[in-house]
Amino acid sequence: MALQSLDIVRRSATTTASPNVRAPSTVGQVAKLIDTTKCIGCKACQVACSEWNELRDEIGTNVGAYQNPHDLTDQSWTLMRFAEYENPAKGGDLEWLIRKDGCMHCADPGCLKACPAPGAIVQYANGIVDFQEENCIGCGYCIAGCPFDVPRISKRDKKAYKCTLCSDRVAVGLEPACIKSCPTGALVWGTKEDMQEHAAERVEDLKSRGFEHAGLYDPPGVGGTHVMYVLHHADQPQIYNDLPADPQISPMVGLWKGAAKPIALAGIVLTALAGFFHYIRVGRNETHESDEEAAARETEKASHE
Amino acid sequence: MNDMTRDRQPPAIERYNANERTNHWFVVIAFLLTAVSGLALFHPALFWLSALLGGGTWTRILHPFLGLVMAAAFAWLAATMWKFNKMEPRDWQWLRKSKDVVVNKHEESVTDVGRYNGGQKLMFITLVVCVAGLLLSGIVLWREYFSMYFAVGVVRFAAVVHGVCAFVLVCAIVIHIYAAFWVKGSIDAMTRGTVTPGWAWKHHRTWFREKIHATHPRTRPD
Repeated sequence: MALQSLDIVRRSATTTASPNVRAPSTVGQVAKLIDTTKCIGCKACQVACSEWNELRDEIGTNVGAYQNPHDLTDQSWTLMRFAEYENPAKGGDLEWLIRKDGCMHCADPGCLKACPAPGAIVQYANGIVDFQEENCIGCGYCIAGCPFDVPRISKRDKKAYKCTLCSDRVAVGLEPACIKSCPTGALVWGTKEDMQEHAAERVEDLKSRGFEHAGLYDPPGVGGTHVMYVLHHADQPQIYNDLPADPQISPMVGLWKGAAKPIALAGIVLTALAGFFHYIRVGRNETHESDEEAAARETEKASHE
Repeated sequence: MNDMTRDRQPPAIERYNANERTNHWFVVIAFLLTAVSGLALFHPALFWLSALLGGGTWTRILHPFLGLVMAAAFAWLAATMWKFNKMEPRDWQWLRKSKDVVVNKHEESVTDVGRYNGGQKLMFITLVVCVAGLLLSGIVLWREYFSMYFAVGVVRFAAVVHGVCAFVLVCAIVIHIYAAFWVKGSIDAMTRGTVTPGWAWKHHRTWFREKIHATHPRTRPD
């Protein structure tokens, strides 16, 4: 839904300015901090997301793991991913790494860059990247654009869905539903600055407890994110169910939805103009009476051979 | 033929029969619809074109099917024209002299032109490569049925291939349309099916000679 109480700084497939008279600088940049070191994997956040957003995923099958459902879907916008990691530095000790997966709300969103439908994806001044399904045409380009494999096309209406960071709640001063439900304080909500400060304290504490590679995951390749992680092993994010180490918009997407667009459009227009001015300067290539006569002579000759 | 001679009209030479013309114009219609819907999704400045197909969502739904129709119809056309479009030494010779042809000068100096000249053959090859590239990459990009079977890296690569092939194809077709208008008599060849002997003599002399010898075979009793 178009949330007019939130200022829009970027709008997909739009070449003119977005509505932004309400000076975005006065709006705080929000962030959700997910402290994986405090998470107990209770899935309250998944339930809260489902409750608030009125989503009901299909009941799946148990394959002997806690992760349920198995993947993000149009009905599951957040998902606890469970990884059983045997830490070689600690003699193969088992560590249960639980990561709440979902949209990262990139400052430089690949989905928005790839989207061809005007206004189907917007970025609010507070940093939230939101899909406006009424403008979505269902092409799935956002899936190709996303460095985190987050958007999902619904089988029901063929539109793309993902975590909204509860933009409807945030717009009226509430925290996202998942934050409200977290029983351990693993999910924290506030301005991006506050969350970075809070994370720094957590990282310091973790380091004093022997997690020397503890750190904040706020990947610069996508301009930072408005969903950040505190990781015990920030040096190897990929052990958390393939969290990308250096996510960025793929150069392929950059080419396809960046330089290629104006160059190709100009190329087509120039080709057409070249034809027009060829006509103006050189004119048409016509067949004259002399050509017909020459052809007639040859035809005559051939018929008498 | 005798009637025409009496009317002092030069006998027309058939260049495209009714099936070939139907095939060509079927491809044209499919191409226009596919190109309009594709361009709408390519650049936001052209998104308004999606209105011609019933809005953005209908454009997304129809574009791949239109593309399949175009590719199938073009495959048929390309198969019938394949044998006339193999590059030969004389085509490279034509291309070396094409600068003169383009400014309407000294076309008579390049006499050895078959049914198609070197430029037309390059156009044909370009179209075949682009349509094949669009078909293959388009299947990978077709989210509703196929994209889930490919890794995201392959989908991204397909998007670039699709964009490059579409760009080259659209530019090539712009050139194709203008060239047909530029060389007067060419549009008649694809609408009425015939050209005048003078047209054939001037632009495709070797083909012209093949034609008149086919009409007046050397084995004739006279």
